[in-house]
Amino acid sequence: MIRLLHIEFIKLWNNRASRFLIVAYFGLIALIALVTSIKIDWGPLKFNVADIGIFNFPYIWHFNTFMIAFLKVFLAIVIVSMISNEYSNKTIKQNLIDGLSKKEFIASKVWTILALAVASTVFVFLISLILGLMHSDFNEISIIFSDLEYLIAYFVKLFGFFSFCFFVGMLVKRSAFALGFLFIWFIGAEFFPWVYMTSKYSVQTADQVSMFFPFGSMWQSLSEPFTRLSVIQNAAREVGEEIVKDYSVDPVQLLIVLAWAAIFIWASYALLKKRDL
Amino acid sequence: MDTILTVTNLTKKFGSLTAVKDLSFTIEKGNVYGILGPNGSGKSTTLGIVLNVVNKTSGSFFWFDGETSTHQALKKVGAIIERPNFYPYMSAEQNLKLVCRIKEVPESRIQEKLELVGLWGRRHSKFKTYSLGMKQRLAIASALLNNPEILILDEPTNGLDPQGIHQIRELIKTIASQGTTILLASHLLDEVEKVCSHVVILQKGVNLYSGKVDGMFASHGFFELKTADMDGLKKFLEAQGSFSHFEQENGLLTAYLDQPLEAADLNEICFKKGIPLSHLVKRKESLEQQFLTLTNKQNQP
Repeated sequence: MIRLLHIEFIKLWNNRASRFLIVAYFGLIALIALVTSIKIDWGPLKFNVADIGIFNFPYIWHFNTFMIAFLKVFLAIVIVSMISNEYSNKTIKQNLIDGLSKKEFIASKVWTILALAVASTVFVFLISLILGLMHSDFNEISIIFSDLEYLIAYFVKLFGFFSFCFFVGMLVKRSAFALGFLFIWFIGAEFFPWVYMTSKYSVQTADQVSMFFPFGSMWQSLSEPFTRLSVIQNAAREVGEEIVKDYSVDPVQLLIVLAWAAIFIWASYALLKKRDL
Repeated sequence: MDTILTVTNLTKKFGSLTAVKDLSFTIEKGNVYGILGPNGSGKSTTLGIVLNVVNKTSGSFFWFDGETSTHQALKKVGAIIERPNFYPYMSAEQNLKLVCRIKEVPESRIQEKLELVGLWGRRHSKFKTYSLGMKQRLAIASALLNNPEILILDEPTNGLDPQGIHQIRELIKTIASQGTTILLASHLLDEVEKVCSHVVILQKGVNLYSGKVDGMFASHGFFELKTADMDGLKKFLEAQGSFSHFEQENGLLTAYLDQPLEAADLNEICFKKGIPLSHLVKRKESLEQQFLTLTNKQNQP
C-alpha cells in the first residue's frame, strides 16, 4: 500500500498543475475560514459573521463540512487529469509492462483518492476546531466533540465524488471530456429530472428518487445547514412559517454513496481488464 | 537450456480482423531473437499480449517455468513497446525512480544505467525536452533497471536519424554481449540479420518460420559464373547434377545449388572439363531475398 501510494505521489507531486491545484485547494479552505472570521467595522456598518452563530459548536461541524464540500471540484480536476494523463502519455501501458498489475494500478489510484479524502477531512476538522475555539459561545469538551458524524458524512461524500471522477476518467480517457461528462451528467441525469419531479409531484418525491443517484446521494448525505440557523428560523417564524427539518446524518444515505463508490471502482477495474491498451 | 517464454497457439482478433493467428514459439535463454514482419503483421500485438497489455482471444503463453503470475514475471523482463512512454513533466531521474518503485529494485542502479546509455549528464532535464534518440535511450536504460533476463525491444530504431540508429544498435550489441537475452521486433531486415541469431517471421498474424537465422531457408547458396562459352557451361552444370535451377542475366550465369559444393571444387571440375571461368563467386541469399521468397510463397497459394 505504501509502495503504491508512493508511486502515485511521485506522479502527482511532480506535475506542476496537480501540485498547484492541491495546494490551492487546501489554501482556499484556510483562506475562506480566515475571511469569514474577519469583523467588519466601518463606522455605522458593523458586521461580524461570527455573531450569527455559524462558528458555534457543534453547528460549525455541519456548516463547515457543507460549505467546504463545494471546493471538491478542485480535486475533481486533479483526479480526472491524473487518470487521463496516464492514457495520453501511454504511461499506463508502460506501468503495466514494467510489472504493475492491473489490480495494483487501480489500487494505487484508489489509495490516492482515499488519502485525498482523508487529508481533506482532517484539514476541515482542524480548521473548524480552530475557528470554533476562537468564536464559539460554547466551549465545553462534550459540546465541542458532539455531532462529529458530519465529518464522517463529509468524508463519505468526498470519497464517493472522487470515485465517480475516477471512473469517468477511466471511461472517457480525456480530462476535458471527462469533466464535461460529469457536468452533463449532473445537469441532464440528475438536476433537470429533480426539477421536473419537483414541479410534477413534490420536493419530497423528487428527493426520494434522487437519493439513489450518484450526485443526489452525495448531495443528500449532508443536508443544507442554513435553515438551522436561529437567525433564519426567527425570520421564518415572523412570516408565519415553521421550519421543521431533520438535519441529522442518515447512515442509509451514506451506505448508498459507499455503494456507488464500490460500483465505480469495480467498474473501473473491469474496464481496465477488458481494454486493449 | 532455460526457457524464458513459451507461446502456444496464440490468437488475437480485433473484431473481424485476425491480428495474430495460431502463433507458437519459444524463447530460450542466451539468444538474440528477432520477430520479423512487415507493418501490421501482428508483431506489436504479440508483444502486447505477452506483456499483459493486450488481451488474447485464445491460446496460451507463460513466462519462465510458468510458476509465476505474468505481472510478477514482468519484473524480470525489460520491455519497450512502440514509443518510449514516460511522464513528460518529470526529469529522466525522476522517471527512473518511479520505475524503480514499480519494479521494486534499488534506486542506486539509476546512475549505472544512465551512464550506459550516455544520459547521466542530462539526468535533470525534463523528459519532454529530450530528442527522440535520447528518449529511446532513456527507455532502454529504464528497461535495464531490473537487470532483466530478457530485453524486449519493439522497433527501437524507428524514426531515428542515422546517428541515432547507430547508437541504438551499438547499445543492443553491448547488452547482448553481456549475456542478456534480447527479443527484437522489427520490419528492418538488415537490423535483424545483423543482430539476431534466431528469428520468427510473421505475416498477417501467421507464423511463416521460426528457428535459426542460418537455417531459415534450406539453402546451400548459389554461384555467379562467367566464361567464354556460357551455353556449354550451362549444359555441363545441368548434367553435373548439383544444381536446382539456373538464371542468366547481364552476362552472368547464376546457378542455384541443391547440395553442398565448394567454390574451389567447382572451379577444379570446370577447368578439368576445359571450361576456364573468368568469374566465380559463391553467395548466400541475404535475409531479404529469403524473406521475400517466404512471403511470396504465402501470397501465391
